[in-house]
Amino acid sequence: MTSSTHLLKGATLPSGAVADILVQDGRIMSAALGTSAPAGTTVVDAEGLVALPGLVDLHTHLREPGFEQSETVLTGTRAAAAGGFTAVFAMANTQPVADTAGVVEQVQALGRAAGYATVRPIGAVTVGLAGERLSEIGAMAQSRAGVRVFSDDGKCVHDSLLMRRALEYVKTFDGVIAQHAQDPRLTENAQMNEGALSSELGLKGWPAVAEESIIARDVLLAEHVGARLHICHLSTAGSVDVVRWAKARGVQVTAEATPHHLLLTEELIRSYDARYKVNPPLRRDEDVQALREGVADGTIDIIATDHAPHPRESKECEWDAAAFGMVGLESALPVVQTALVDTGLLDWAGVARVLSTAPARIGRLDDHSHSFEDGAPANITLVDPAASSSFALDRLHGRSTNTPYEGVTLSGSVRWTFHHGYPTLRDGVLAPAGDTAEGMR
Amino acid sequence: MRHLLSTRDLTRDQAIHILDVAEDMADVQTREVKKLPTLRGKTVVNLFFEDSTRTRISFEAAAKRLSADVITFSAKGSSVSKGESLKDTAQTLAAMGADGVVIRHHASGAPQVLAQSDWIDAGVVNAGDGTHEHPTQALLDAFTMRRRLHPGSSRGKDLDGVRVVIVGDILHSRVARSNLWLLRTLGAEVTFVAPATLVPFGVGSWPAAVSFDLDETLRSIRPDVLMMLRIQSERMNAAYFPNAREYARQWGLDDERLTALGPDSIVMHPGPMNRGLEISAAAADSAQSTVLEQVANGVSIRMAVLYLLLSGEREALA
Ligand SMILES: [Zn+2]
Repeated sequence: MTSSTHLLKGATLPSGAVADILVQDGRIMSAALGTSAPAGTTVVDAEGLVALPGLVDLHTHLREPGFEQSETVLTGTRAAAAGGFTAVFAMANTQPVADTAGVVEQVQALGRAAGYATVRPIGAVTVGLAGERLSEIGAMAQSRAGVRVFSDDGKCVHDSLLMRRALEYVKTFDGVIAQHAQDPRLTENAQMNEGALSSELGLKGWPAVAEESIIARDVLLAEHVGARLHICHLSTAGSVDVVRWAKARGVQVTAEATPHHLLLTEELIRSYDARYKVNPPLRRDEDVQALREGVADGTIDIIATDHAPHPRESKECEWDAAAFGMVGLESALPVVQTALVDTGLLDWAGVARVLSTAPARIGRLDDHSHSFEDGAPANITLVDPAASSSFALDRLHGRSTNTPYEGVTLSGSVRWTFHHGYPTLRDGVLAPAGDTAEGMR
Repeated sequence: MRHLLSTRDLTRDQAIHILDVAEDMADVQTREVKKLPTLRGKTVVNLFFEDSTRTRISFEAAAKRLSADVITFSAKGSSVSKGESLKDTAQTLAAMGADGVVIRHHASGAPQVLAQSDWIDAGVVNAGDGTHEHPTQALLDAFTMRRRLHPGSSRGKDLDGVRVVIVGDILHSRVARSNLWLLRTLGAEVTFVAPATLVPFGVGSWPAAVSFDLDETLRSIRPDVLMMLRIQSERMNAAYFPNAREYARQWGLDDERLTALGPDSIVMHPGPMNRGLEISAAAADSAQSTVLEQVANGVSIRMAVLYLLLSGEREALA
């Protein structure tokens, strides 16, 4: 049995200060140097480790209900804990779609039962993600799941009037619409970024304008109706420009980038290896650089994984037939360190902001936004920033292995994850299933 | 050569070697006994996920004239059309002992995925993949040009300085792509002519000139070779151009343009032709037209490719 009291000795806080963090009864009791521990405390040697507030992923596909051959709430939250996440927002494109109170409550209950991380369901904007009628947004908001983020992710809310109404309606419940920005007509059967390379490879192009034009429309709609808008997975330099412009005008828009769009480019597709097939697609190096700058200057508020598990047969095939998506929970922190911290674009306070406090604020996840003050909920991630290794499949703990990073050298390794004081990851080893749920009670 | 997946990967020497071996194969075709024993005991599978009678029978003829056993596996009516994966199909063929796989697939890159996989270790020949490449078509086109430009003495020659104009649906054409890479490698100059909607995005970084005006191009370039591509009627419905009449008027090879072209230029078409749309009947049947030579040369080129991939020898035939 794991002790519920831990002392994280010598950890470096995001501010750079070194602290001994005492975790007891699910709370941070103290984060000062020289904190003394009561008898029976498990002491964790955290010297050289960076302590972050527990990571929060605003964009996770847990696949349950309906696609359990790819992932379940249990396997997905195990992957989350291994990646340092203490909360994940579960996207609504399940089967049935999370468009009723019943489904979102079911997903949240599955998360509770698993115990590896807080699971916050995202509700669909439209019934069945069909883009035709609003789903029961109010019922989902007022359900036990208390949904605050609504998204048709996987599909774009394309109809302008419906998008306007959705933005207005969620204001009633302090909600936010998270838009998957993709003009469907401009991207019919699209396979990769549209450019000289897509033309050469003979793969149908997904033009940048299909993303940028929707973002431009939506920030203007959000401004017009005075609503909150969140843009999922920005992938182009032009999208960063549009969001920067909107923020300068005072539009209530937040934006997200994925780790893969911050590291990988379309050049990988020359292999026709479907592990690199993702939506929105990998773009040019110029886009990667613009996204990194967008994160550095705050135009992009958060990094979210878009963790999208798929079974092997969906990737072991010709490009056109393959599924879009990559798993990303276990690789997120290492990619962020490699792409942003090691390059000097972001410090660890910045990492805490883009991977924890900002997504928690956008998703109204009140118990996840802290800066190690006494009494705060003990959602904590300990990272070894000095680690560097070739990413291997044995670092994955979900049900699917469709990572684009196998064999890629990444810095940083998540060593410990505390979810409400309970260690879901212990020096790199996941807590046994069953134990976690027990620990949470 | 282990596989033939694209012309973009071919060096000048490799390309000329294939063309020279094809000359040897063409010589064999003039003999009374057209069959060579070279690939006796080898099995070539024609794996056609997309219908193409012309390309399939050309490869079949080539393999049979090299004495290979030929199995044809067409998508229609087979398990392939019932959702069997490329992987399962490939493993089935491997179990049957295929030495070479000639694959035509609607998905760009499918031959490369097959060649890179550990599902099968047969040599893979790309017989046309999506809108990516069709390398044997480009090789037979280059072979045809070389023979017309150097009658009786084409061996060892490249296409240095030859002016080639390719007209039509460049955007969707794997023939145009394979031709561009191979022609450039052999030293030719390439101009694409098409409505702007049918020019590939980002073509500015390709080693080709682009024009929207066929008449002006014929005047200024004075092409040695004019290659007309097939226009598919479904392009009209997707708003690439308004209708067939307008297309034929602007970009079709009609009788006036044929006259403007002059008697020394050659007219090529990969077939099948839409007579009266991209090419007039008179142009298709003219002395400048190489359409039937292209078909005959296709067998020689495919014999050369199968020979080089599967015979285990690397020297040309004596
Ligand atoms: Zn999405």
